[in-house]
Amino acid sequence: MGMTLTEKILANHAKREAVSPGDNVWIDVDLLMTHDVCGPGTIEIFKKEFGAAAKVWARDKVVIIPDHYIFTQDTYARRNIDILRAFAIEQGIKFFYDAGSPDYKGVCHVALAEEGHTRPGEVLFGTDSHTCTAGAFGEFATGIGNTDAAFIMGTGRLWVKVPPTMKFVFDGDMPQYLMAKDLILHIIGDIGVDGATYKAMEFAGDGISALSVEERMTLCNMAIEAGGKNGIISPDEKTLRFVSERHKGKIEAVYGDQDARYESVKRYNLKDLEPVVAKPHSPDNKAVISEVKGTRIDRCYIGSCTGGKVEDFRAAASILRGNSVKVDTFVVPATTEVEKRLKVEMIDGESIYSILEKAGTQIAGGPSCAACLGGPSDTFGRTKGDEICISTTNRNFPGRMGSKQSQVYLASPLTVAASALRGVITDPREFIR
Amino acid sequence: MKDIIKGRVYVLGNDIDTDQIIPAQHLVYSLSDPEERKQYGRFALSSVPDGHAGLPAGNIRFVDEGECLSKYNIIIAGKNFGCGSSREHAPVALNIAGVEAVVAESYARIFYRNSVDGGFYLPFETGEHLFKEFRTGDIAEIDVKKSALMNLTTGKSYKLNPLGDVEEILTAGGIFAYARKSGKI
Repeated sequence: MGMTLTEKILANHAKREAVSPGDNVWIDVDLLMTHDVCGPGTIEIFKKEFGAAAKVWARDKVVIIPDHYIFTQDTYARRNIDILRAFAIEQGIKFFYDAGSPDYKGVCHVALAEEGHTRPGEVLFGTDSHTCTAGAFGEFATGIGNTDAAFIMGTGRLWVKVPPTMKFVFDGDMPQYLMAKDLILHIIGDIGVDGATYKAMEFAGDGISALSVEERMTLCNMAIEAGGKNGIISPDEKTLRFVSERHKGKIEAVYGDQDARYESVKRYNLKDLEPVVAKPHSPDNKAVISEVKGTRIDRCYIGSCTGGKVEDFRAAASILRGNSVKVDTFVVPATTEVEKRLKVEMIDGESIYSILEKAGTQIAGGPSCAACLGGPSDTFGRTKGDEICISTTNRNFPGRMGSKQSQVYLASPLTVAASALRGVITDPREFIR
Repeated sequence: MKDIIKGRVYVLGNDIDTDQIIPAQHLVYSLSDPEERKQYGRFALSSVPDGHAGLPAGNIRFVDEGECLSKYNIIIAGKNFGCGSSREHAPVALNIAGVEAVVAESYARIFYRNSVDGGFYLPFETGEHLFKEFRTGDIAEIDVKKSALMNLTTGKSYKLNPLGDVEEILTAGGIFAYARKSGKI
């Protein structure tokens, strides 16, 4: 019996011929990522368990990326970054993208890809649930807590239960009005926020092959919103080109077997799908755009690991160009690289950055997770009171963007941009030329 | 690991996510500083919307104003408990607030794993739809070895799923103790 892509990667890393769903295996880890929210706690457990003088198992396999609490005066939040810095120096961590330094990158999941840390066939663990983003590169990537991360830090190994794989196939051509965010919100709406609990979600089909690498990241990013252990897409030419431009070492792509066993296969035809939003307060509270258009909003938010990449802003700018927003619209580039590219990438001779600025959006002073997760009270774009926000982020649980009373709708950058222009939830097809 | 866990129950519904268990602005306190550590208990379950906090009545705080320890040491919840973020601060916060057992219909797996590998409390699953069978404040008793739960207030008893292959880790007290015991490190 053949193995799925996820099973094959896990078998390779467990040094076994084969694994089956439900097996508990100890695997070797290629990369551990941590950030400023969970890094300090991880370091504390690492020192407690392995001793004050302990060294990480491989100083070039631990990547530390502060991103969550960056532009805040909160003293505790700033202390977190000081702890990471001291540890990185003490351990000689090779990849530490320090806040406030020229190495600063911004949101970890996007920065990991930009810096060539996400690679086909490998195993990546990160202390952030959206670590599953990196499945877009054909690797096994998933989120863990501080204790597991500390265990990896000391040993380079961890136990995992092999998940069964659910396959989602998208057939046909991607219409201009749809984005990867629409596809994943469709899936989550269909299967529910626990529909893929402890399972791998594999995305396939012509529709997926046609997606850019960034769009694939959006898709895999939200596997966790369905409870998935990991999202994954088989590597292809686009993947290999993207990775080889950023990573000089060997790339050993792994592919699933033809006769692999899937727990379920669900097919979608792209021409049948409409833009969707997730209504408050759950990512599976799906509504097609016609059901919610006209809903009043107080603010819009374009940013985060899932919605703050160049492609996301290109999509938003294609709608905002030559128009003015009617409600406060917050823009947060995910990384310094995204921020740079917004200034040089053009739409009809005008930079994306300039289009966003002229449309009257408020652009953050620098890249970070910002209000995607609330954060300290002075966080850029954090919701207040009972504000209604439509956002390109990945979660709309109560209080997620700050205020417990606020309501958050999730949507694609196209839908958020169209809504910003009308001040009510708007179908992007009204603006697509 | 205790054989019997007895105490007061706090009831929650489906899909209680980690932002509700411990909101992002509170993920900054040091766990090694005994005073700061208490803040996690103080803010545990502080972002559950009022109507859903302590079912069925709602509007019941998990931790009283000014306190860091909860009156409730057993949580009964619906499906997908702990969905969302990977923050281990969530199970830690429940542990610091004094939780000894959580009984949910199902868990989000990162949260479940964090609960087990950190050895913070016993995370039981149950095939039964229990959150409508209990009221916040009921007294309950869990017989760990028998995987049985009894509502001492109503006299009704319920079956819990056995802890299964994670029992060894929980018995050891977490993944480090387990790995040392079994020669993995």
